[in-house]
Parts: sequence; structure tokens; C-alpha cells
Amino acid sequence: MSTAWFVVTRLGRDRSALIGLVLIALLVLAALLAPLLATHPDDVFELHPSERLRAPSGAHWLGTDRMGADVYSRLLFGARITILIGLIAVGASLVIGVPIGLLAGYHHGWASDLLMRVSDIFLAVPQVVLAIAIAQTLGPSLPNVILALSVTYWPWFARVVYAETRALQKEVFVESTAALGASPWRLTVLHVLPNIASPIIVRASIGMGFTILTAAALGFLGLGPPPPTPEWGRTIAESREFLPDAWWYAAAPGLAIFLTVMGFNLLGDGLRDVLDPRLRRSPARDG
Amino acid sequence: MRLLALALHRLLWFVPTLLGLLVVTFVISRVVPADPVALVAGETATPAQVEALRRQLGYDRPLPVQFVDYLARLARGDMGESLFTRRPILDDLTHRLPATIELTVVAMLASVLVGIPLGVLSALWRNSLLDHALRVLTVSGLAIAGFWLGIMLQLLFSMRLGWTPLNGRLPGFPPRGITGLYLVDAALTWDWSTFVTALAHLALPAATLAFPALATLVRFTRAGVLDVMQSNFVLYERAMGLPRPLIVWKYILRSALTSTVTQIGLLFGILLAGAVVTEAVFDWPGIGTYAVSSIVRSDYNAVMGFTVWAGVIFIVVNLLVDLALTLVDPRERVS
Repeated sequence: MSTAWFVVTRLGRDRSALIGLVLIALLVLAALLAPLLATHPDDVFELHPSERLRAPSGAHWLGTDRMGADVYSRLLFGARITILIGLIAVGASLVIGVPIGLLAGYHHGWASDLLMRVSDIFLAVPQVVLAIAIAQTLGPSLPNVILALSVTYWPWFARVVYAETRALQKEVFVESTAALGASPWRLTVLHVLPNIASPIIVRASIGMGFTILTAAALGFLGLGPPPPTPEWGRTIAESREFLPDAWWYAAAPGLAIFLTVMGFNLLGDGLRDVLDPRLRRSPARDG
Repeated sequence: MRLLALALHRLLWFVPTLLGLLVVTFVISRVVPADPVALVAGETATPAQVEALRRQLGYDRPLPVQFVDYLARLARGDMGESLFTRRPILDDLTHRLPATIELTVVAMLASVLVGIPLGVLSALWRNSLLDHALRVLTVSGLAIAGFWLGIMLQLLFSMRLGWTPLNGRLPGFPPRGITGLYLVDAALTWDWSTFVTALAHLALPAATLAFPALATLVRFTRAGVLDVMQSNFVLYERAMGLPRPLIVWKYILRSALTSTVTQIGLLFGILLAGAVVTEAVFDWPGIGTYAVSSIVRSDYNAVMGFTVWAGVIFIVVNLLVDLALTLVDPRERVS
């Protein structure tokens, strides 16, 4: 608890991390309270052809879209999809990547090499390229987007955990715990894992931003959840034929993606500065 | 001799990585789908046609046999036929490659030429107004969705202001084909009006693509220069009373920029990934647009062909960057 408190107070003093936290809090609030905050909560599925493409006004804060639905209300419900995709995809990548990294880092041998080579293959190719292939194979839907992102993101965690575990093995406390007869299981889970938690947490925060960005790109390409889902990337794709007149239609969801990803990136940078004492002294890292 | 051994070592790692990538694409295209043949045949095929195609493609054989056959076909450059154009996919991709290369290289040059000086200035004038402004810029560059940035730039510069063309690579006929890169071809044939038009078409997509790469470069360069500025040898030179311009130009920059150069391989990843969606926004006739229109047409063969092609290009470029670094940076030879 005291460690958590320390982290929170340090983050509170870091201006960019604070901005990040605020942005994420806003996103979570928007997602949780979407039915309450929305001015037209039924517009996710309802059509109002007579209200098509209205400019922002008192009745429609961010205007209306091609179906006459309220852009602001759909944006709020879109936040739910964004959070869902990010949390599950990053969570699944953690669950796959961390054990693989620990295992490969702790044991030396051909199996470890093989595991790391496999993760290197995924890292060698841009995530969006493989994710496109997987999403296209499985067909456009929300679970498939999450699956495609998880399958392509776990190697980042495996890499980080592997490198940190290897580095820790040279530490005296790990050697002495092993000498005392601790089983590999006990050693990695109780002693190694807590000591490499910081880079994992930092990677998870930056991974949220990265995954949300890739998910939006998949949605834009038509590989995301099918309409009428208010997914942000797809909304931007839909808005294109109504430009330049209906600028709000395209601008609003892109701005939402931008602020969300920026929130996670800023928080990730802040966490890295707070959690990693090796970097704290180096002013070169404050950029 | 030692250099040659190192180059061979890098090449040796290249083979398993490439093979691994092909295993991954094979698994995605043949093992993951319930019926891969139905995907290849397209949505309009009848069951009888699907069965005929299954035998014709050899998908009724055991998976290991299929994999060897898959490798053999790829080695011959056979990626199958596009369901839409009915042309070999490799031909389609090769035909479109120069457009992607031109866009990526121009974006790379722009980000390097602008990003490195800005990063250096940001470090030298640390905590100045410029430094703070650039920090906002780098944070934005890594958070913005490339396709949205492209659309907003189109909205402002093409639709509202009318300064740049909306999309495409060149109206009318391309310059006489020598390299397939329109800028180079136009310059070689002394066709300056085409050159200017091609450049105008390139401006927005290249700027869209370059922005995240530029943000990364500013960040790395700034961190690199600051690291060197705080190192002992710079402190020593300062203590010796060397003039600041001399320290900056001769010692700090030289040693900081070598580490920046090593990031160019990473930069290429950002650019290639961004090219797919950027091309789609600007109807840029490269392999990204090909992939996206194949997705829209459910042209399964073409999408998988794109994945293999992009993956191979990416791994090859990384290998080349690695080899070039081994030549340039003596530290790389030791590790």
C-alpha cells in the first residue's frame, strides 16, 4: 500500500503524468456513464433521416452523422468499445507474454531460444500488417479484432520480461535465494516477478495507447466491429464522403482517439520516470 | 575478414526469421480459418467450385506437405492469383512497389532532415520555449491516428484552401518509366512541370506519414544529445575552456548522432506500418492501397500476398540496416 501511495504522489507531481491520468479518467467516466452523459442515448441504433448531417448546435453538441444520429452520444458509447479492446487485448498479451518471458529468461536452452525467436518474428513485422491478415482471415467482429491484437502484441511483453529476467539472474539476491534451495517456480514468481513489475506496468500503459491506435486503424480499414457499432475508426471512415461540409463528423472521433492514446502514453512515460530509479537521475529522459 | 564473418552471421539469422514469418503466414492462411479454400474461392463460389479448387490447389493434402509446397511456390514467386484482377499477385505488388518506395523514402528524408536538427536544438536550448513546443509536438506525433491526420490535412489544404491535390499520384500520364519513382524519372528526363506536380501530390501523404517518425526522431535525438552533454568527456572539455561551438559541433553532435542513426531501422517500421493506412486515405497507388482495396473486395489471396510481401521487405530492410551499421559504427562490430 505504501508503495502504491508513493507512486501515486510521485505521479501527482509529474505534470505530464497528471495530464495523462486526467485524460484516462475522463475516458473511463465517459465509458461507464455513457447512458447518463449522452444527450441522445438511443442514437446508437436509431435513425433520424430528417436530422442528417446537422452542424454542432445546442441540441447536438458535436453535430449529427449520416443517419441523423448524435455524434457526441455515439462517441461516448464508442469509448466503451475502445476501453474493452484495449483492456482485453493488453490483458491477454500480458497473460501470454509474461510467463513466456519468465520461462525463457530463467531457463537457458534451446526451448528458450525458440520461444524468443518466435517472439522476434512477430516483432520483426509491423503489428498492423499481421493484425490485418488475422482480422481478414477471421472476419470483421469485435472479438476477432481483440484476438488479432493480442496475438500480435504479446511478444512485446515477452521481450521486456525476458531481458529483465536475464539481467536479474546476475543479482546476488537471486543467486543466494537459489543457493538456499528455492524452487525455480518460487524464485521466479515470488522474487523475480515483483522486481520486474515496473517495466511490465510501463509497457502495459504504452501498450494500451498503441493497441487502441492499431484497433482504430483496423476499424478504419473495415476490419473492426461491423456497423452500427459506434467504433471510432469506422466512424471516421464513414464520415469521409461527407467532407468538407460535415467536418465535425470526421474531426470528433479522431480527436477522441488522439486524447485517449495521448493519455496512456503520458501516463506510461510518467510511470517510467517514477518507477525506474535508474532513470530518475538522468535528466535526458525527461523528454 | 572479421567484418565478413559478422555479415555472414547476420545473414544466418535472417534465414530462420524469414522461415518463421512464413510459418506464421501459413498458419494464418491455412490452419486458422475453418475452410481456407472457401476464403480463397471468394463469397460467390458454389460448393462444387470450392471442392474443385481444393484439389487444384492441393489443400486436400496433409499440412506439412502443403507447407513445403507453399514455400516452393513462394520461392518461385507464385503467390496465387488475385480474385479480383485475375492477375498474379506478385505482378500486382511489384507494379505498385515503386509508389510505396517513393512515398516512404520522401517521408523518411523529411523526418530525418527536420527531426534531427529540431532534436538537437531542443537539447541545446533545454527548457526553452522551443523545447516545450517540441515536446507537445512529439507527444502528439505518437498519439495521433495517421489516417485521421491525413483526412484533416486533406480537409484543410485540399478541400478548403485548395493548395494541394486531394489524392492520387499524378493526373494523366506518368513520366517515362526508368525507375518507377516519378520524382526521379521526371528529374532524369528534365520534365520539371511533371516534377512539380508529382511533388505537390506527394506533399500531404508524405507529411502524414512523416509526422510520427519525426516525433520519434526528435525524441531520440534530444535524449541522445543530452546524454552526451552530461558525459565526462564533455565536462572535461568544458573545464578545459574549449569554445562552446567547437564542443557542440565537433564532439557532442558527432557522438550523439551515431546513436540516432541506429534508430533509422526502427523508423522504417513506423513508416511501413503507417504507409498502409496513409496510402488508403490518399488513394496513393502503392501496396498499402492494394491491401486495403483487397480487404474491401474480400480478395483473400491478395491480402495474404500483401502480408508475406510486406513482412519480407521489412525483414530484408532490417538486415540491410544492420549490415550498414556494422560498417559505419565500430561499436557494433564489438558487441
